[in-house]
Amino acid sequence: MQWSVEVKARAGGFHLDVGIEGDRAPVVVIGPNGSGKTTLLRIIAGAYRPRAGRIRFGDRTLFDSAAGIDLAPEERRVGYVPQGYGLFPHLPVIDNVAFGLAGGPRRVPGTERRGTAAEILAEMECGHLARRYPATLSGGEKQRVALARALLPAPEMLLLDEPLAAMDVAARRGLRAWLTRRLACRGAPAIVVTHDVRDVHALGSPVVVALEGGTVVQSGPAAALAARPETDFVAEFFGAA
Amino acid sequence: MEDAGRAVKRRRSLAERAPFLAAIPMLAILAVPLIALAGASSPGDIAAGARHPLFAPALWLSTRTTLVSLAAMVVLGTPLAWWMASRPGRGSRVVETLVDLPIVVPPAVMGIALLEAFGRNGLFGPALSALGLQIPFTTTAVVAAQVVVSAPFYIQAAAAAFRRVDEDLLIVARTLGHSPASAFFRVAVPLALPGMVAGAALAWARALGEFGATLLFAGNFTGSTQTMPLAIYTALESDARVAVALALVLVAASALLLVPLRAVPALIARRLGGGRGGGRPPLQGFAGS
Repeated sequence: MQWSVEVKARAGGFHLDVGIEGDRAPVVVIGPNGSGKTTLLRIIAGAYRPRAGRIRFGDRTLFDSAAGIDLAPEERRVGYVPQGYGLFPHLPVIDNVAFGLAGGPRRVPGTERRGTAAEILAEMECGHLARRYPATLSGGEKQRVALARALLPAPEMLLLDEPLAAMDVAARRGLRAWLTRRLACRGAPAIVVTHDVRDVHALGSPVVVALEGGTVVQSGPAAALAARPETDFVAEFFGAA
Repeated sequence: MEDAGRAVKRRRSLAERAPFLAAIPMLAILAVPLIALAGASSPGDIAAGARHPLFAPALWLSTRTTLVSLAAMVVLGTPLAWWMASRPGRGSRVVETLVDLPIVVPPAVMGIALLEAFGRNGLFGPALSALGLQIPFTTTAVVAAQVVVSAPFYIQAAAAAFRRVDEDLLIVARTLGHSPASAFFRVAVPLALPGMVAGAALAWARALGEFGATLLFAGNFTGSTQTMPLAIYTALESDARVAVALALVLVAASALLLVPLRAVPALIARRLGGGRGGGRPPLQGFAGS
């Protein structure tokens, strides 16, 4: 599936003007703090409305300022995992995961959705966490639960904001491999925001988009950015400074 | 660690005790009147006060009107609080100031303002008369006075609680297929509940004590507009025992309201396990925790 995002927006004191595209392979977005990475994900999720532009997944148009199309977040079929995972602290893990079946057009009765949630939790090796509350989970467990929750309604696009940031080094290593396998076997496109070059390598040399000050300063295969960085940030990110 | 241990054992100098000593006068000012009230009357006097003809109608009227006011404040105030919390910017700052006004404006002034709006010669007076409706000096006026004076406490507390709900949680709920209303009721409200409960308790307490606006806008008629504070005022002229009995009931009710104000938010917060959005005790400025 081809997808493309082309948006202009004003957010938090700077202008975001970004055009990126991709297919089934994950795209990694890198950039310094305040470069607009999170804003970009939220725009794609439908939380913020851009001033102009177009967002397309395959033959579906999620946003088109010229045509007056602006799908609500609940109609976009994206899975969003924010920084810090965004688990609902008032719900046990099983209800967090089942949340995507608790409302809207995919709504199913309580016992059925808990059954479905339990299946995906088991598949993610988290079945034992079902009755726990998010506050009692480790960073890695939260990450898996958040991903399970995002995947349950079968989204067409995954948006992961710093999926490994809140974890210690050892946990990261294991989870990085696990996340890479998950994304690969899903086959749905993903946009992954990261601060860590090892995430880029783990995802198997994906396309990397470098954002600075709200615009794309460089994009292409990871190897190409590493070999010929065009900005100080990109050079530092790949450790070539 | 050793240094800290020694510091604790060392005798404190007067200068170090000064903050505590300086705190005593205020504490005394707050506590002494209530202690005096509790000790003022014998059980016999209280029983006599409770049998007085002013007592029961005032207690019943206060209970009824404050419950209706509380419901009105929550039903009408929650959408406003949510709007204030979710629209930062100049517009919402203007609204916030407007909501704060009844807190700083004296209740008697609010009573006059209500008369100017709904009184016979007020802004909407002729229209209301044409419909055969009269609001001033009725039980409806009691509720209106209570709502106008107390709702800001609930609205500000609820807005503060909504502001602490992580925006990402609401975005996640939406991307998981939930409508704005569903995200509100399933995510925002449960997480803001401690603050909402604390605010509602505070507003209820404020409504229970409402005097000035009620007296001016609703009058002081036994059975229809004479709430407990007004009955205390009336009773003082004839039988102080009734006033004290009523006052003690109000103190007891207020003490009961302190439970939801303090304990319920803490309980809910604990259930959330210090999770994001609901972990802190709400409304620090108001609840004083």
